Amino acid sequence: MTERKLGRGVAIVGAGMSRFGTFPGRASRDLFVEAFQAMRESVDKGLDPRDIQIMYLGNYSSDLFEGQGHTAPLMADWVGLTPVPALRVEDACASGGVALRQGILAVASGLYDIVLVGGVEKMSDLPTERVTDTLATAGDVLYEIPAGFTFPGFYAAMATAYMDRYGATPESLMAVGRKNHENGALNPKAQFSLTIADIMAKKIAGAEKRGRPVPTWRDEMEFLHDHQANPIISWPLRLFDCSPITDGAAAVLLVAADLARQFTDAPIHIIGSGQASDVALHDRPDPTVIRAAERASHQAYEMAGIKPTDVKLAEVHDCFTIAEILASEDLGFFERGQGYIAAEEGLTRRNGPRPINTSGGLKAKGHPVGASGVAQAVEIWHQLRGEAGARQVSGTPDLALSHNVGGTGQTCVVHIYERR
Amino acid sequence: MSPHSFTHAEYLAHLQNHVLAASRCQNCGELYLPPRPLCRRCFAQDMRWEELSGRGELVAFTVVHIVPSAMLEAGYDQDRPYVSGLVRLEEGPTISALITGVDAHHPETIRVGSQVRVVFPRGDQDPGPAPLVFEVVSES
Repeated sequence: MTERKLGRGVAIVGAGMSRFGTFPGRASRDLFVEAFQAMRESVDKGLDPRDIQIMYLGNYSSDLFEGQGHTAPLMADWVGLTPVPALRVEDACASGGVALRQGILAVASGLYDIVLVGGVEKMSDLPTERVTDTLATAGDVLYEIPAGFTFPGFYAAMATAYMDRYGATPESLMAVGRKNHENGALNPKAQFSLTIADIMAKKIAGAEKRGRPVPTWRDEMEFLHDHQANPIISWPLRLFDCSPITDGAAAVLLVAADLARQFTDAPIHIIGSGQASDVALHDRPDPTVIRAAERASHQAYEMAGIKPTDVKLAEVHDCFTIAEILASEDLGFFERGQGYIAAEEGLTRRNGPRPINTSGGLKAKGHPVGASGVAQAVEIWHQLRGEAGARQVSGTPDLALSHNVGGTGQTCVVHIYERR
Repeated sequence: MSPHSFTHAEYLAHLQNHVLAASRCQNCGELYLPPRPLCRRCFAQDMRWEELSGRGELVAFTVVHIVPSAMLEAGYDQDRPYVSGLVRLEEGPTISALITGVDAHHPETIRVGSQVRVVFPRGDQDPGPAPLVFEVVSES
């Protein structure tokens, strides 16, 4: 395909998210109001919400999680946006990233100048097995799910194929989880603002308080090998290889680039966007490659006129630890079969040469499915503007990438962001 | 053949008769499992059913401990896990299936590359929630 460009420039001039976690008694609308207000506060020169012309909402399944369909107008109402158009975008866990892309296309088309992109998911009202069932509907319910596959199961199967081919081990995967918890510990909005060592200390203190036998883990790796503390979800993936069940929302404000200075002197420009679809996991020639991610990132790199090595930091879709390793290869950061070695060697840590998931990623920040793709853009907004606080990457990077996957890779959407 | 054929329901009916059936495009020769009515390679809608050997190779697997509702009802749980996998048939297509003939409590003994063959429930057996099952017959 020939190189494609946006019809006109698009910039982010505001971005914010709710706290991520599990919040009994708070519905989607309440989380969305929190994210919307955080976004408003981030607009340096102020935003009159009446200037917003359309809203795109990433949401996977309010129908099944909350028994609520037709979510977009409801969210629009709760933040005072009616009667502007409001629509929901659903591509499983990529719903947020795809909503962002639709917002970008709306501005680039010239039809709208000021666009709100939101993402929201309220997952924690259901018991775990029903959350598992709801997520499984993102797979093929005729041919994949009746084989017993769950979402952890799909990614675990990718992991066994990858481990068999390249010699990675469950410990390689644990390196990703440890790193993302280190980053999440510095993110006050994360579901787990805790390192794994912090979690261990908390469990020890809890056992002492209740007079229960006190665990004696020597270090994080011993904890991660403890079947009680870190049970197998779907072998080889354990609890700390899996993103949690999360409630949360995120919002970004997109405007035509030539209007950006009305809102801020430090806009973040969208310079690349790509999206692709793919067949079911069993139908792909190689379960260790997410082809949609290769294609989406290729489109985005072409549009931006950059190479993978130019990217200073990336927020990637680590729904499971293996997914971050595969992403780091699909996006061209590392050669095939090298992603796990890079993770083990710490190359993707916050202070490493290739920081990935400074927010804590889906693993530690949390994964409210439809909000995750939008929340990735929120982290990049903070990092590129030098506003990421304790987790700020040194030297204030100027070029970043987000990678948001739906299902097992039937959808992938990639964006590239620049501070000029 | 009716243009409305090659459905999931027909595929299941074949399985109940102990036939693992794929659809082959009569225009370009592409073979599909799962079967489908429209060829995604040449866009012809001219399929024919074809019985597969049921022999293949395990290309990926997992041992599922946190199980979905349907498998919970079938008696599986955290302490009674099961194995799901991707099986590449010797005719070419790859399919998702339940995998038996392995020790789910010792996943390190399960090998990618193992040879598998389709197994059908006996007439008096409850087929359970997973209609397609392969058994490991030899390690790689």
